[in-house]
Amino acid sequence: MIRSNKSVRRIVALAGVAALSLTAACGSSDDGDKSSSGGKSDLCGKNIAFLGALTGDAGALGQNMVNGIELALKEYNDKNADCKINLKKFDSQGSPDTAPGLATQIVNDDSIFGLVGPGFSGESLATGKTFFEAGLPSISPSATNVTITQQGWSTWHRVIGNDDAQGKADAKYLTTTAGAKKVFVIDDGQDYSKGLAGTVKTALGSALADSDQISVGQTDMSAAVTKVKASGADAVFYGGYYTEAGLLAKALRQGGFKGTFMSGDGSEDPNFVKVAGAAAAEGAVLSAPAGPAPSGFGATGLYATQAYDATNIFLAAVKDGKSSAKDINDFIGSFTGDGVSGPVAFDDKGDIKESKIYAYFVKGGKLDVDNPTAME
Amino acid sequence: MMAGMGSISARWDRVVDRYNAQPKIVKILWVTLLLVIAYAMPLLRPPIITTNSIDFGTVMFRVIAFALVALGLNIVIGYAGLLDLGYVGFYAVGAYTTAVLTVEHGSWPFFLALPLAIVVTMISGVILGAPTLRVRGDYLAIVTLGFGEIIRISVNNIEWVGAAAGIKNIPHPTGIGAKPEPPFKQGGLFEIPRLEWNGLVPSFDTEHKSAFLAFGSRDAVPYYWLILTVLILVLIGDRLVKASRVGRAWEATREDEDAAELMGVPTFKYKLMAFALGASIGGLSGSFYASSQAGYINPQSFPLLLSMLFVAAVIVGGSGNRWGAIAGGALVAYLPERFRDFADYRLLVFGLALTVLAVWRPEGLLPPRQTRRAKAAEAEIDALEEGDLEETPNV
Amino acid sequence: MDFGALFGSFDNFASFTMGGLVFGAIYALIALGYTMVYGVLQLINFAHSEVFMYGTFAVAWTFVLLHGTGDANWSLGKALPILLVALVAAMLASAAIALVLERVAYRPLINKNAPKLIALISAIGASFALSEAMGLRDRFAKWLGVDDNLANYVSPKKARDVYTNPVTIEPHKLFEVGGYNVTDVDLVIVLAALVMMFALDQFVRRTRFGRGIRAVAQDPESAALMGVNSTRVVQVTFLIGGLMAGVAATLYMMKIGATRQSAGFLLGVKAFTAAVMGGIGNLRGALLGGLVLGVMESWGAAIWGNEWRDVVAFILLVLILLVRPSGLLGEALGKARA
Repeated sequence: MIRSNKSVRRIVALAGVAALSLTAACGSSDDGDKSSSGGKSDLCGKNIAFLGALTGDAGALGQNMVNGIELALKEYNDKNADCKINLKKFDSQGSPDTAPGLATQIVNDDSIFGLVGPGFSGESLATGKTFFEAGLPSISPSATNVTITQQGWSTWHRVIGNDDAQGKADAKYLTTTAGAKKVFVIDDGQDYSKGLAGTVKTALGSALADSDQISVGQTDMSAAVTKVKASGADAVFYGGYYTEAGLLAKALRQGGFKGTFMSGDGSEDPNFVKVAGAAAAEGAVLSAPAGPAPSGFGATGLYATQAYDATNIFLAAVKDGKSSAKDINDFIGSFTGDGVSGPVAFDDKGDIKESKIYAYFVKGGKLDVDNPTAME
Repeated sequence: MMAGMGSISARWDRVVDRYNAQPKIVKILWVTLLLVIAYAMPLLRPPIITTNSIDFGTVMFRVIAFALVALGLNIVIGYAGLLDLGYVGFYAVGAYTTAVLTVEHGSWPFFLALPLAIVVTMISGVILGAPTLRVRGDYLAIVTLGFGEIIRISVNNIEWVGAAAGIKNIPHPTGIGAKPEPPFKQGGLFEIPRLEWNGLVPSFDTEHKSAFLAFGSRDAVPYYWLILTVLILVLIGDRLVKASRVGRAWEATREDEDAAELMGVPTFKYKLMAFALGASIGGLSGSFYASSQAGYINPQSFPLLLSMLFVAAVIVGGSGNRWGAIAGGALVAYLPERFRDFADYRLLVFGLALTVLAVWRPEGLLPPRQTRRAKAAEAEIDALEEGDLEETPNV
Repeated sequence: MDFGALFGSFDNFASFTMGGLVFGAIYALIALGYTMVYGVLQLINFAHSEVFMYGTFAVAWTFVLLHGTGDANWSLGKALPILLVALVAAMLASAAIALVLERVAYRPLINKNAPKLIALISAIGASFALSEAMGLRDRFAKWLGVDDNLANYVSPKKARDVYTNPVTIEPHKLFEVGGYNVTDVDLVIVLAALVMMFALDQFVRRTRFGRGIRAVAQDPESAALMGVNSTRVVQVTFLIGGLMAGVAATLYMMKIGATRQSAGFLLGVKAFTAAVMGGIGNLRGALLGGLVLGVMESWGAAIWGNEWRDVVAFILLVLILLVRPSGLLGEALGKARA
């Protein structure tokens, strides 16, 4: 049960291993040379765990992350046939109620030395204590809620910018780049959405026209549209996911709204355009704390690049000969490198130090995922 | 196929009959044995039953939490015959009251907050029941459904109770023995190892022990012991109430409200009592949920769907029979976790199972005694009417 | 609280009201299915929401079949031919699901004379199973080896995700009421709901079969003694509910254009609320209940914000039931005069 205890004993035996070269996380710098590490790690043959939604309504997002993780593991295992690392997947369906049981299972499984995940903010908050008390290092590719890193869980990290950074950038984009005078802010009442929309509202200041909140699964947007029109806003920001975002954009256009429609990473999905219809989606701006995947990158979908980077940090720790939970955690904390999603380094709370927010545009009836603009 | 199911059903009935026919002392022995096994369950980790991809202790905690909820809802549905489709509302009220008192707007210890959570839930039951119990049964279903949604939407939108972000860091119950010191010390008086099975050969797993009795975030077993104890206490209380004048009044009201009223039973009062009592047990269960392992609740944990599952639990088990309700609650919580390997098909199979079960055994798995007696009597009358007394089942 | 948002100007007031009416008409059509089954069997057909959901997929699939997956933006007139085919497809799909439900989840219980609660559980189970089956359609297609051929229909790996009609039906403004643009799509929705309601009302009141339905609703045993085939009547009741859900599904897809395997649940709850509000078992009540619910939700959203709309709907329901315990128009499928 006490993983760290055992591992501490192990690390004494491995006292000579102290290579602290901070290898970069991207695959290109690995190039198969193992000379930088001080020998075969204790962790060979062990597992990285993934905790997140693999089935259920958000299952597609979890699958994206698994694609990223599996790509990183495949690249590593191909080069290090004598020290393979495998993946154990735990499907929470994105539910904070299911996640604690899985977290307990993970911390009781001695073959797991690190966690990529949890996928969403709710399950992160529900499992954070369990992972912290058991001392299992984790890197989330996608949980962006601001409060998670304020809990003092020193084993918790994320390779994605939090909602605060994105919200501020979005507000600035709307008022300066898009030149909006009055912005109407809508969210879907979920934790992520309220957080993001809340930051946007604060950052907008006097440019905030009014705000409203719809609910997930709502399809009748007429009341919201009437409110937007009554407020005389020339831009709408929506915090939430692509289905409601699409329906809202469609209803707004059909109701005669002509201004800018903007939303965050929850809506950055080709399905947004499908739901809204090409005509209504045209010109919409969707921000995300992630750049496009480099050409030739073998995993597709939102959060695949972050999951790939998170996995590579663990693999770098393995290469570096780290094997105790504490050493791995320290390694992650002091890690610096360039991932496929951008530069990776963590601050003392576990947040990524530098996160670039990108604006994606709907152009010619399609979400242009390859040419986003970096936002300030 | 149907005939095969029928014989399983008959066999089940025979097992129940045989148990009921035992002398009291044998019954007590059986119950004691059952209790010991129940407490040791998450440590015994029997093969086949144990869940492999999710922590068995956590699953067992949920199983008992569901059983407790089903027991409470059984008072409302089974005893008083009131269909409550918004029971999750009470569960949420209990959880939120606990969370608000222990962390959000106070720092009460859990065991002090618990009784108040029960009282608050009971009051909310009275507030909901007083106006709505006057409307007819089927409408009550939709009104309670609305109540469940109102509670969920309200907590989602009211900042005072944390809104959509929920409430974090809800303290665990106070344990016995040394305080846990994460990440190395579990605390507690002593630690109990669990069994590890290699095929059918058990061995002690000394790596992963459960602390008696300290509550942390790493191990669900102490929570399981706690809630199992509560379940047993509630079970005893349930038995006492059911056997009392109140229980008989519920029965009379359920069977024929007008007749009961004519016989001088204040049916409204008793219905309200059932509603409030049922609500308070829901609150109790919610309170334990809030302070469990994760110490985190948010509005998404209380969807309408959960109400449906609760009702399903009671009906599947056999509405009106406390053991049936417990079995139903346990099954509804356990089966989806046991068969996680079929992750994608979990809900599909669950839905099909509900329908098949309802059609195959409408009175539930463990119907209350009266129902089974009535069924037997009916069979006898049918047999008499057909004139073939020889084949009358021996009842 | 912001009463000014609603009553501040006539424009806003008219907008909120009209928006609510259009959605209320869709509620009303779904509510018919609940009301018919309840009127005849005194059972809540919990799975009716899935009957509707299958209809919405039938509409989207028809468009994919006849038009392809290319994104298009058509006027109502241009889409009309395909829309009519889609309407037939949706009515057939919904009716088929409703009949299967009746056969599998209800008839065995009715024959056994099981308690009402059990029928509810059976329906809840069926509802889960139907919804999940739609969400797993890619797996079933894979087993059958047709997932490549049917990729556009089963959305491999994304079967649970939102599924859209590739053709967006662009509404055209006909006239303006207050600030609200009344479009052809809106008008068709409201008119269709009224026409269907009227036709059904006449069917129940005037035809032989309608008489049978009313007879079973009033007293199943006497009806059986009088030679009414009650099994048949129950079947027809489910069939009609399914057909109406199919119409509602088509109108819904015209307006919204997107669906998913969980799309029925919330609408089903609302429609059931509407049915109870109007007086369950009462066809005209379903229409009134649907429209009232739609408008009240919209007004509630205007005054307290969209997040409270469901709360407004439910509190209104409780109030109506307390003042008029059998709904606005009373419950009366059996009592309708010939």
